Order: sequence, then C-alpha cells, then structure tokens
Amino acid sequence: MKALSWLYLALAYAFILLPVGVLVVFSFQDGRLPVPPFQGATLKWYGQVLADRDLTAALLNSAMVAVVSSAVALVLGFLAAHGLARVRLPGSVLMRGVLIAPMTVSYLIIALGLLNQFNQMGLRPSLWATGVGHVVINLPLCFAILYAAMGDHQKSAERAARDLGASEWRVLTLVSAPMLAAPMAAAFFLSVTFSWDEFIIAFLLTRFDVTLPVEIWSLLKSGLSPKTNAVGSLVFLVSVTAVLALELFVFRGKK
Amino acid sequence: MTLQTRDRRLGWGLVAPALVWTALFFVLPFLGMVALSFARMEERAVVPAFDPGNYTRILTDPVMLQALLNSLQITLIVTVISVLLAYPLAAIIAFRIPRQWQRLALLLAVLPFWTSYVVRSYSWLLVLGQNGVLNKTLGLVGLGPLEIAASRAATVTGFVHFFVMLLTLTIYANLIQLSPNYARAAADLGANRWQVFAHVILPLTLPGVVTGAFLTFVLGIGDYITPQILGGGNELTLPQLIMLQLGRSGNFPLASALSVVLMAVVTLAYFACAKWLRLDRV
Amino acid sequence: MTAGVSVQAVSRRYGAAAVLEDVSLEIAAGEFVVLLGPSGCGKTTLLNMIGGFDEPTAGQILIGGRNMAGIPPKDRPTTTVFQDYALFPHMTLADNVAFGLRMRGVARVERLARAAEMLALVGLDGRGERRPHELSGGQRQRVALARALAVEPDVLLLDEPLGALDLKLRRQMQDELKAIQRRVGTTFVHVTHDQEEAMAIADRIVVMNAGRIEDEGPPKRVYLRPKSLFTAGFMGEVNRISLATTRLFPQLGATGVLCLRPESVVEGGALRIGPCRIADVAFFGTHVRAHVVPEAAPDLRLVVHLPQGSDVTEGQVMDLGARDFVVLEA
Repeated sequence: MKALSWLYLALAYAFILLPVGVLVVFSFQDGRLPVPPFQGATLKWYGQVLADRDLTAALLNSAMVAVVSSAVALVLGFLAAHGLARVRLPGSVLMRGVLIAPMTVSYLIIALGLLNQFNQMGLRPSLWATGVGHVVINLPLCFAILYAAMGDHQKSAERAARDLGASEWRVLTLVSAPMLAAPMAAAFFLSVTFSWDEFIIAFLLTRFDVTLPVEIWSLLKSGLSPKTNAVGSLVFLVSVTAVLALELFVFRGKK
Repeated sequence: MTLQTRDRRLGWGLVAPALVWTALFFVLPFLGMVALSFARMEERAVVPAFDPGNYTRILTDPVMLQALLNSLQITLIVTVISVLLAYPLAAIIAFRIPRQWQRLALLLAVLPFWTSYVVRSYSWLLVLGQNGVLNKTLGLVGLGPLEIAASRAATVTGFVHFFVMLLTLTIYANLIQLSPNYARAAADLGANRWQVFAHVILPLTLPGVVTGAFLTFVLGIGDYITPQILGGGNELTLPQLIMLQLGRSGNFPLASALSVVLMAVVTLAYFACAKWLRLDRV
Repeated sequence: MTAGVSVQAVSRRYGAAAVLEDVSLEIAAGEFVVLLGPSGCGKTTLLNMIGGFDEPTAGQILIGGRNMAGIPPKDRPTTTVFQDYALFPHMTLADNVAFGLRMRGVARVERLARAAEMLALVGLDGRGERRPHELSGGQRQRVALARALAVEPDVLLLDEPLGALDLKLRRQMQDELKAIQRRVGTTFVHVTHDQEEAMAIADRIVVMNAGRIEDEGPPKRVYLRPKSLFTAGFMGEVNRISLATTRLFPQLGATGVLCLRPESVVEGGALRIGPCRIADVAFFGTHVRAHVVPEAAPDLRLVVHLPQGSDVTEGQVMDLGARDFVVLEA
C-alpha cells in the first residue's frame, strides 16, 4: 500500500513535470528542432529571443496590461465588496450575482461579446480593449476574495474607527484596506497571473500591438523551434521566481 | 437625511463603479451577442433581424453537430480522467506526506502552471510528436512509433495535464480541511482503510470534487488553444468552430449563436450538478 | 462488556521532548477514571495510546490482560468519544450510531434497532432520522456517546467530551454521563482539565502534570489531602503558608508548606490560628469570602470562605482555626 502510493506519486510527478522538463532541456538544443536527439547545449536561442523586438515589445505590453487591469479590478472589487459587506442594500444578492457572473462564462464568449460591442461603437482592437476585457474577468475574482475576507472582525474594527470620528474615506484607507492587505495581495497576484497568461481575449481584441501569449501563438505557426522553447522557458523562469519571492516575502508572515 | 439613507447612498456609491463596469462590458455585450445570434448575414454584412436560422443551422448541419458532440465527448472524458488521476494524488499529498513538506509537494505538483498557457500545449507537441520524446523513448525499447500528436488523444492529454493540477489543488484543499477525527472515529469503530474512504472521506469530499469537476468542464469546453494546437485539425470543437466563423467568413451572427449554445451547455451542466456545487468555496 | 486497563511504565517521546515519563496506572474493570491536568500534561496522549492512536516509545498497555502493542484502534476493545465529536455530517443520527455495527457486518434491521436503543439510552429517542447539524452541542455530544457505546466496548475513552459545552449544560451532562456509566458498567476513562467536572463524575481522579502522575485517588481524598503542592493548587484555591517563615504553628515543625482550603478555615477549628482581623469581605451567594490577617502574624493574609449566614464586617476580629489541613514538602 505504502509502496504503491510512492509509485503513484512518482508517476504523477513525472506526468506533470515531463512537458516542462522537455521544454526547458530542448531550449538549449544546438540544432534546428527541439526534439531528440539532444545535439549539445547552446544559448543562441535565448540570444535570439532577447534580440527579437516583437517579443520584447509583447512582453512589455503583457506586463503593462496585467498590472493596470489588475489594479483597476482590485480597486473596483474592493469598493464593491466593502459596500456590499457594510451596508444592507435592497437587491444585494442580485448585485453579488451580477458581479460574480463573468466567472462562470467562457473567456471566448466574453471576448466575442466585447469584440462585437467595440466594433459597433467604432472602437478598434487595442491593448486598451484587451485591458477592459481583463478587468471583466478579474473583477469577480477580486470581489469574491475580498468579500469573503470581510468578516465580523473587520466590521467591528470599522465601526470602532467611525465611532472615534474617522470619515468614511479614512475608514477605508486607514482601517479596511490595511486589514485586508493579505487577501488584497493575493487577489492582485492572481489577477496579474490570469491577465498575463490570457490568450483568447487578447487574441481577438488586439491587432498591431499584441500581448505575449498572442506573439507566442504567431511563433507557433512556423512549427517546432527551440526559440519557442526558449521563450517558454524564460516565462517559466520569471514566473517561478516571482512565485518563490512572494512565497518567501509576502505569504510567509501569514502562516 | 436619516442615518439609513445616508448609509445606503454610501453603499450605492461604493458598489456603483464595479456594477457599471460589469453592466457596460459584460452584461451589455452579452445581450448584444444574444441579439446578434438572431441576425442574418447578407452579402458579408450583418442585417439585424429576428431569425432563428442560425440555430436551426447549428442543429441540422452535420459539421456543427459533430463539433458540439466532439466538445462534449472530449470534455467529459477529460473531466472523468482528471478526477480519477487527481484524487489519489491529492490524497497521497494530504495523508502520506509529512505536514511540513506538503506545501512544497503542492508547489511542485502545479509547477507547470507557471509556464505560459500557450507554451504548455506546445510542450506536449515536443513529447507526443512523431519524432518526440515519447516515440524516441519507445523506439529505444523497440516499440512504437505511436501516432498521438494531431489527434484527440493529444488534446485529451494536454487537457488532463492542466486539469489534474487544478483538481489536485481543489481536492487537496477539501481533504485537508476535514477533521482528522472523522477518519479516526471511523477506524475506531472498526472500519478498514477502504471502508473509511468509501463511507466517510469520499462522501465528505464529494461536494468539493463535483465543484472541481464542474470547473474543469466549464474551462475545458470553452478552450480554443489546446484542441487547436494538439488536435491537429482532424476534428473540430465548438470553440474552434466559433473562431472559424469569426476568421474565415466574418460570420458574427453564427459565431454568436454558437456561443449561446456553448453557454446553454454550461448552464445545463450547472443544473446537473447544482445539488453538490459550492462555488462560494472553491 | 468491561475490562481493566493496565498502563505499565509507559513513556512517549517526540524526538527529544518527553510527553509522558514512566507512567504506570491500574484501572479496574467498570471503574470511572478521570485523567485531570493542565493542557500539555500528557493526559490526551495517554488516552490516545490506550485507544491505539498513538504508540508508547517505552512500556506497555494491557486491556483485559491482553497486550495492546501493535494493535490498531479498530481491533481494540475500546472506542473513543472525540472532543469535536466527529459525527459524520452526511449521515443521519441512526446511521452514525449504527456505523460501528455496520462495519462489523450486522444486518441493517438489527443495527438500526440497536441504534434506536442507544439513542433512547442517551435521551434522543425518535430522532434517528435527523442529521448532526440539526442538533445542539449537548445533543451532538450524546450522539457521539451513543455511537461509541453501540459497539459495546470494554473501555470507553472520552477526550474532553464536555469541553465545548457551556457551564450549565456541562454540569447537567456530567450527571447523565455518570448515570449512563453506572447503567452500562463499561470502564470509562475520561480526560478533562476541569477539576470540578473531575470531582463530579470520577470514582478515581488521576492528576497529571508535565508527563507524570502527581496524585491519584477518590475525589474527596485528592481534594482534601492532596499529595503534592501542584495537586493542592490544581484542585482548588488554597492558602499556602511556609512553616519555615511563620511561628504560628510550632506543633507542625519548621519545614514544609501548610495548605489550607479557604472553606477549611472556620470559627473554632482544631488547628488554632487565633484572632484574625477581617481585611475585606464579599458576599458570593453560596458563601462569604473574606481576606483575614492573623494578629499573631500580620505579614500573612489568608483567604477564607465563611458560611453564607455569617454576619461579618471589615475590621471585625474573629477567632479562627483550621478544620482540614495538610503539610506538604515545598
């Protein structure tokens, strides 16, 4: 029984890690194709990636869209969560439902709806349009996380602040937001991740300036290449570094 | 102004920005899409109408029906396999690995999350392709080659890979929040390992499993990238068909109608497992 | 139906830390024993080792004369009532109570009949179709008890089963627990940190501290004549008077600590304290609580509980003495 468990664990990890392992190993391939046999190590594909203006531009675009759209989603989500958690409003169940709804709809459908709407309004596809779409998908996430985090504990602290004469704005900035620092960080981080990696909305809503997943997609059309491996490995390296940094510096204090 | 109306005004003020955003960029486009699905295409131009023609076409055209069927089959297969693979993995991590190592084990189990989504599918091409790692390895022991890439099997593999990670996380979270005393009480009363699992652990984690499976279904059936990269174009899924309508013919009304069908399938799936779903506690 | 437990020179270490040090304890068949002590004293560890959820690193445990080493919980003649009850939330009360019988292959009709019987025993007759979340804390506790008793264990282990209940309910459940134990005759081993609970239900109290047994005996003996200062303090409020620094009691010698319970200090009393001035006084319902200063030893300040009807005022002088007392080593 015990041996079987460890065997299963080993096989599961092999399955999960195999493609990433292959991706990284063959990014160093000294040859034209990222498949066996391994013909020796080189860094030239990484050089090509870093010299590729389209790729580096796409990377910056992605980072910008991710940070800006996540920040907007976080602020909107925080205000809404605060409003709905603090005040009894008529129809608050319905409002919660509406705010959460985009979470249950495929990104493809959100993208198609926005594309159609922007077309009718005469707006051209752009990074801004993509950003708007990313706020739509991340707002429910931020709202849900922060709403769940606002417990009675939070409410009584806010009441105490109000009792001591704080204005609503000061309650928000001096009590509510700092008390929710950890879930806010988590929500922001998750949003950045989703936006950074999102393909279909960005694919349909950008044209000339594109995000990284869209740029990688166009790389794929030219077939298997170690260069694509190098891009994927770089993204992987950066993400894992970010995750480890967060794990070590932000979330460690929480445990 | 009474205290209550002041409070309410404040509450509305706080909720309004998010509500307006959602209404403007989600509800309105969605309604627009539904309206568009009843429009007609004439001479490559959209003509507003109330014509159910797109829907009758979807339900009668064999290509479209086949795409719908493919999507349903692939997603169901993927959901079942992913749950069956992820549950034991989550259980081993939760119950066999010492507490202080569990976080690390989980991080490792979801490591490929952190590579790009597009690249993740691509990397399976490297493994499953004609000259890929799998066939070269099989060749060494005198087997193969297997024609996996550019097939449904490849699509399923790519999906299962992603959803095993997702489900391992959600099922682990469910397992770990169970009081260990449930299992201890069952064992104390004479249950063997299998009975503890079948009578206590599984029923208690079922809502979490169904929630994860539903999530898998929703994300899987709406995904374009995985079947597009790994499926090799031998068969179409619903999202691929939608993208084809957008790209090749610019047929927005038909694409909208297909999207509405996709929504309907997801909604049906929701009602099928609504009894067990706890979307508030994913 | 019932068996004795013999704990022989048992130790439990986690790495370098010893949770239990060389503990020996004999529990007779049908006895109601309470393991009492502060959190971290090792009482729950000892209970877990009797139940088979933990193994001693040294020594052995016998139940009904049979060595339990290596025997898993399900094969031991014990069942446990858990602190959080661990009722299966997805099963009805009847299914919960019948679970152990189901695992033993008892037919459905028979086990449900037995479950109904057990639910009646704990005062929940006719509620078998309910689910745990519909019950109050006290009712859940009863179901957990019924479930553990349904398989007719020789020894029932209770891990702070009343800890989650409010005071009033706890007192009521204590009486019921004792009555049920008398009826079924099973050996009960009960863990708690509440000394009043221990005195209310135990045939014998085992006081534990820092992994060792400090004292054991019937409640009255442990309360009135504790064997150690720790026990004296843990069992209730006590005045400690160092005999080395006071000359009030030359007849008791010049070493050790005299322990006086507040209610043992009375007007008259065999051990003379002499005239004492009342420093302050408060009415507590069941008694009158006062601080007094003996005139012969003005540096002492004693807590005394006088009878409810006592009419005393601050500054008044009373002639006091002690009724029960012990002298313990410091």
